[in-house]
Amino acid sequence: MSSPVPAGQARRSAVAGQPGRLSGAVHAEWTKLRTLPGTSWLLAATIAATAAASAAAAAATSCLPDVACPADITRLSLAGIDLGQAMVALVGVLAVSSEYSTGMIAATLTAVPRRPAVLAAKAIVVSGLALAAGIIAVAGSLLAARLLLPARGFTAARGYPPLSLADGPVLRAAAGSVLYLALIALLSLGVGTLVRDAAAAIGVVLGLLYLFPVIASVLTDPTWRRHLEQIAPMTAGLDIQATTGLSNLPLSPWVGLGVLAAWAAAALLAGGLMLQLRDA
Amino acid sequence: MITPVTTPYLSSQRAGRDGFMALLHAEWTKFVTVRGWVIGLLLAALVTVGIGLLIAQGAVCSYGPFPGQPTAEPCTGPIGPDGEAVSDSFYFARRPLAGNGSIIVRVTALTGRYSASGAVQPGQDPLAGMQPGLQPWSKAGIIITASTRPGSAYAAMMVTGRHGVRMQDDYTRDVAGVAGAPTAAAPRWLRLTRSGDTLTGYDSADGRSWIRVGIARLAGLPPTVQAGLFAAAPPDSVASSQAPGASRETGGPSQATGHFDHVSLRGRWPRGAWRGGQVDGSGEGSGSPSLGELSQAGGRLTVAGSGDIAPVVSGGAAPGMPIENTLVGAFGGLIAVIVVGTMFSTAEYRRGLLRLTLAATPRRGQVLAAKATVIGAVTFAAELAGSAVAVPLGARMLRAHGNFILPVSLPTQLRVAAGTAALLAVAAVLALAMGTVLRRSAGAVTTVIAVLVLPYVLVTAGLLPAGASQWLLRVTPAAGFAIQQSVPQYPQVSNAYTPFNGYYPLAPWAGFAVLCAWTVVALGLAAWLLRRRDA
Repeated sequence: MSSPVPAGQARRSAVAGQPGRLSGAVHAEWTKLRTLPGTSWLLAATIAATAAASAAAAAATSCLPDVACPADITRLSLAGIDLGQAMVALVGVLAVSSEYSTGMIAATLTAVPRRPAVLAAKAIVVSGLALAAGIIAVAGSLLAARLLLPARGFTAARGYPPLSLADGPVLRAAAGSVLYLALIALLSLGVGTLVRDAAAAIGVVLGLLYLFPVIASVLTDPTWRRHLEQIAPMTAGLDIQATTGLSNLPLSPWVGLGVLAAWAAAALLAGGLMLQLRDA
Repeated sequence: MITPVTTPYLSSQRAGRDGFMALLHAEWTKFVTVRGWVIGLLLAALVTVGIGLLIAQGAVCSYGPFPGQPTAEPCTGPIGPDGEAVSDSFYFARRPLAGNGSIIVRVTALTGRYSASGAVQPGQDPLAGMQPGLQPWSKAGIIITASTRPGSAYAAMMVTGRHGVRMQDDYTRDVAGVAGAPTAAAPRWLRLTRSGDTLTGYDSADGRSWIRVGIARLAGLPPTVQAGLFAAAPPDSVASSQAPGASRETGGPSQATGHFDHVSLRGRWPRGAWRGGQVDGSGEGSGSPSLGELSQAGGRLTVAGSGDIAPVVSGGAAPGMPIENTLVGAFGGLIAVIVVGTMFSTAEYRRGLLRLTLAATPRRGQVLAAKATVIGAVTFAAELAGSAVAVPLGARMLRAHGNFILPVSLPTQLRVAAGTAALLAVAAVLALAMGTVLRRSAGAVTTVIAVLVLPYVLVTAGLLPAGASQWLLRVTPAAGFAIQQSVPQYPQVSNAYTPFNGYYPLAPWAGFAVLCAWTVVALGLAAWLLRRRDA
């Protein structure tokens, strides 16, 4: 005794439904995140805050005669990432913790019972959004610096050619900063899955990011400080922005970003494990 | 036999109290019955202590080993008459002066040289490769001091590299005299008179008309004092960026040479020549005796010396760590407190409890006030306990590892410890207010951390120019960290007075007031929105 399934309904389930298929899960996560008004607000805020803070840092700096000029204007031009990462972290945390606060997670896990797939889908969507916002934010920051810095005394005559992505280190710093934001989003997603409560999770993420540099600043032992700067997710990750004095960095740029990637991977792994083991 | 039970018409139970105390009691009950919040605050106190002790464990300070001394020396230094750490290292051409008397000299020039290539390696001749140049606070002149023991009470009249004639006494006091540098055409006359415990300094352009620069009262000055001519020059101050990645380099040694003549003495001075010698209390271990020199020819004296007679500042050439370094863990505690403070308000929105709360107490402003009082008081108590453990225990461990903690008075220590607890308490109230304004816990936590912690991180990262850093720590809530500053700035010592070294642009209570002002504004906005909006 089987009633015929209407043709339209069958087609719809074939496109979106397929439980366990990653593409379906990604599509579901994309829909959830896209339709939350908070997400687009946060991404817009990320772009605005990053570019504005970078521009403010560039505008506050000047290269006057008989004053030592800051050496690394690329890093200075990307200073807004320090602020923008807080909002990207918020996107990453809220992507999962908002589901726990509303109880949506039960529906999500009913629809996609393979829990690693849920987390993987969230990771893909969240990092994609962070990459997109990051590209605009970094481009805006560099553009603002390129427009502002020559008027502040950073001229080619004084050894500061205009910032250009054709310059290898500048391109590496810019692309690395975009990747940095994506990794911060993934780290936040992992912590959010682990902690579940939004306020506590964002506290943990921002604590991980901001606490290490403060602690490192009071260490008198240079060896300890260097080690701390090598393992700190923010300090190590932002090594990717350095274009001068590379030999003095605690880590080389890409290795530094690798440290942040390891933090993000560890957070996602721990979050995924707990998602698998705990009741939702 | 059955006792009749009478049911009273009115309940004998007292009617529900409706005052502010009842509200406080209700909010207190809400706080202590949520396990996560209590754990959060305990965690804040534990993190404060834990990170503090971890830092203390990892901070090892030692100088050397120096040639002739196989083992490294612990960092330490002399203590001045007022209890502060001092540098007391200079070249001294002296004679004993019994009773009252005075000394007058004419200074015709102050010259100097310094090592531009940074610190001198042990065994290397410090004079090799030096180039001419004066430090702004290189000094030479006349001094009367209780003894040659480093840290003794003194008063001195001097010419300086870039700050004209000065009278300084007991390390921290500094009075300006005639401006400008001495030259052969325009020499400077200096006079220092002792009368009992009182030392008076004068300067003059011609040796006839004298202008009084200052009076120093040195209590307990012995009958016989050491008096004479001196020269000192602080190390070359390197204006490097204070980025944490860069090692805290101190500059190379420098030397100042004072050229004197027309020395005249009044009082009971012994006959004979000046005795030259290095007073060494720099706290830097070996010092540089070879940089001191006295030469006499006819009536002319030349005194060359290195070092400084000044208070020790954090981040300067002499070792010394401010006591608030034991409280760096409070940053971790701060983040935990912000999370708890935010949740204390947003949890009511999420669970709909707020409707019940406001039904019980329709005066919404009072509800907010009660919440703020409870979270502020509870945070203050928890963090005060944390500070009370972290400061003495951390200081003890730091000393055990050879660190030299800059001594400060007990009231200052109490202000640093209690002020840090107050800082966290106000931060919790700010978080509560932002939670009420935004009604979203994660957004409120991010906002408060971004305005309170991020400016400090940006400033210590050394990425921003000095002007922007100072501005950030004046106007943002992060100005409140000034409450932790324990050692004062001294204009007579060249140093990078940055937050990285423990110096803030605002005075301790002024900075704290900025944070409080932001919190009051946020609370006002929260109260207004709470009244206007549906719960």
